[in-house]
Amino acid sequence: MSILIDKNTRVMTQGMTGKVGQFHTTNCIAYANGANCFVAGVTPNKGGQSFEGVPIYNSVLEAKQQTGATVSVIYVPPAYAAAAIDEAVDADLDLVICITEGIPVHDMLRTRYRMSRKGTATLNESNGALAKDQTQGCRTLLIGPNCPGLITPDEIKIGIMPGHIHKKGRIGVVSRSGTLTYEAVGQLTALGLGQSSCVGIGGDPINGLKHLDVLRLFNEDPETDAVIMVGEIGGSDEEACARWIRDNMQKPVVGFIAGVTAPPGKRMGHAGAIISGGQGGAEAKLAVMEECGIHITRNPAEMGRVMKKVLKG
Amino acid sequence: MKIHEYQGKEILRQFGVATPRGAACFSVDEAVSAAQALGGAVWVVKAQIHAGGRGKGGGVKVARSLEEVRLAAEQILGMHLVTHQTGQEGQLVRRLLVEEGAQISREFYLGMVIDRDAQRVALLASSEGGMEIEEVALHSPEKIHTLRIDSVAGLSAEEAAQVARRIGIPEASVAGTVVVLQGLYRAFVEKEAMLAEINPLVLTVDGRVLALDAKFNFDSNALFRHSEIVALRDLDEEDPAEIEASKFDLSYISLDGDIACLVNGAGLAMATMDIIKLYGGNPANFLDVGGGASREKVTEAFKLMLKNPGLKAILVNIFGGIMKCDVIAEGIVAAVREVHLRVPLVVRLEGTNVELGKKILAESGLPIISASDMADAAEKAVAAARGN
Repeated sequence: MSILIDKNTRVMTQGMTGKVGQFHTTNCIAYANGANCFVAGVTPNKGGQSFEGVPIYNSVLEAKQQTGATVSVIYVPPAYAAAAIDEAVDADLDLVICITEGIPVHDMLRTRYRMSRKGTATLNESNGALAKDQTQGCRTLLIGPNCPGLITPDEIKIGIMPGHIHKKGRIGVVSRSGTLTYEAVGQLTALGLGQSSCVGIGGDPINGLKHLDVLRLFNEDPETDAVIMVGEIGGSDEEACARWIRDNMQKPVVGFIAGVTAPPGKRMGHAGAIISGGQGGAEAKLAVMEECGIHITRNPAEMGRVMKKVLKG
Repeated sequence: MKIHEYQGKEILRQFGVATPRGAACFSVDEAVSAAQALGGAVWVVKAQIHAGGRGKGGGVKVARSLEEVRLAAEQILGMHLVTHQTGQEGQLVRRLLVEEGAQISREFYLGMVIDRDAQRVALLASSEGGMEIEEVALHSPEKIHTLRIDSVAGLSAEEAAQVARRIGIPEASVAGTVVVLQGLYRAFVEKEAMLAEINPLVLTVDGRVLALDAKFNFDSNALFRHSEIVALRDLDEEDPAEIEASKFDLSYISLDGDIACLVNGAGLAMATMDIIKLYGGNPANFLDVGGGASREKVTEAFKLMLKNPGLKAILVNIFGGIMKCDVIAEGIVAAVREVHLRVPLVVRLEGTNVELGKKILAESGLPIISASDMADAAEKAVAAARGN
């Protein structure tokens, strides 16, 4: 088991024919069961063509109907990416993973609003493995945007992370950052601790699944024993997640927050990584997480070792 | 992207929000002529810098004669205005706003932000105008009224009137305040702002509602469809190093430490700053070279870091995923050969093709200190910066 995706997941790629889409699709197909998982591409006006043997369709709905794909990954350029999410939501996919960085925030506000207002009538038919995102009314779950994607080691990789650093196992990883996720995964693998699933939820202020949503899934996953949660400055998602963990989580959680040294008012690379109005500082997040029983570390080089220690009891 | 107050007021006026009449001035003579043209007996001379807190720093003066306008303009133009947002060295004032004075009866606060939790635009309104909203939030949070706005329906007149009454706008001026609130919301959405503030919004003795200040911060990801906003950019208000970095698509923020760092990925870049601090050093910058760092980008990144006169060491921390370590290593070697490296360089490589990358660094003959992991890198960089 794993969360959200496994070797039986069938994926379509929106924006597969662009340079970025081609590069990552090739890598995803080459990883584990990828050749069976990646069944369709979507590029308007290129229907009927193919890439790496994967057929291309004009629309998400057509790709879904023709191939049975229920998950989409998006590499569409920022100006059109929110519309690509909308299309996937309208086609009632189970899960949409938006890799694209730099989507205007007002576009994402509109897209998330649409998702929240979409009817819940089809929810009952949804795949039992998928939980419902608490902030949205539609059945489609969104991961990202501005994220590396997610991976279930040795089964399927959907996104831009390097597959080879992962190892199959029982630790869940969730993070707002790309390379910092790789850092956590690399440490775990080096210590012999494999991963059940690793989820990058992205660095944008308006996004889909939050830490809390992913922790909830890991909590319910019988093959996940513990979770590393990597956060960063900006917003209050980590605090909300920490409180949920205190009240509900039955598995140990190791936490790190990036940006203790970040100055207020400055956007640290990620659109969402900013301390503003006295909110979103790293120390405050760490304090709440510690209070809520999360095994925090202030040393990003120690995430794996802290996990190992926690598992030993 | 931030803009000046006078530019923000121009935008507000386009959306029907009343402001005092005024003019932007770049010299003392211009300021005096502007005051003359405005007429009246009282003027306000305001420093135009992007940082807040200008009044307390002496950047806003009331003048009761043209001679006083001249005096105020002379004092403010060219001063290094220090506020809580500028740092100790302050910000050089190059522009003024000269406005007609307003007869103020009461001051209020209006703000608009992206509410991340609710995933809506949120309107903040308070009876405590003229104060920092953070202060109000800290000491009397009950005085801040928040309204999350429906993304499709927008801000209705009824909702706006309710907010106006809640913050104590007298009944006769509620209609005028509704115009302000709806205008502010339309400006926020149509111009794709991340933050907008009118602080203070004033009620004049004759019952008018005026925006006495205007602050906007626009979404840099949306600027591609707002050339009219891009035209308002004032590069004098931005850090030259950050402007230079943006030309090469590098994400760079200056900090006040002496250990520079070059990292791929924003989260890892922040974590690298943090670990430098954790091991007793001080990071000189945030620098994310992004996912596809070419040799040219790495070279430019080195040039940027080396512009810092107080620099004592450089830490390169790369977790190669898509980016291969050998490519990065070649970039580092080329960059070091091209720039004059005067400080110790610590490099930590991990990920795809790491052995090949380390070999390239070792065989380059350059004095590069190799580190095995992030902690080792931070320890070595801090020691190197101390001259050990």
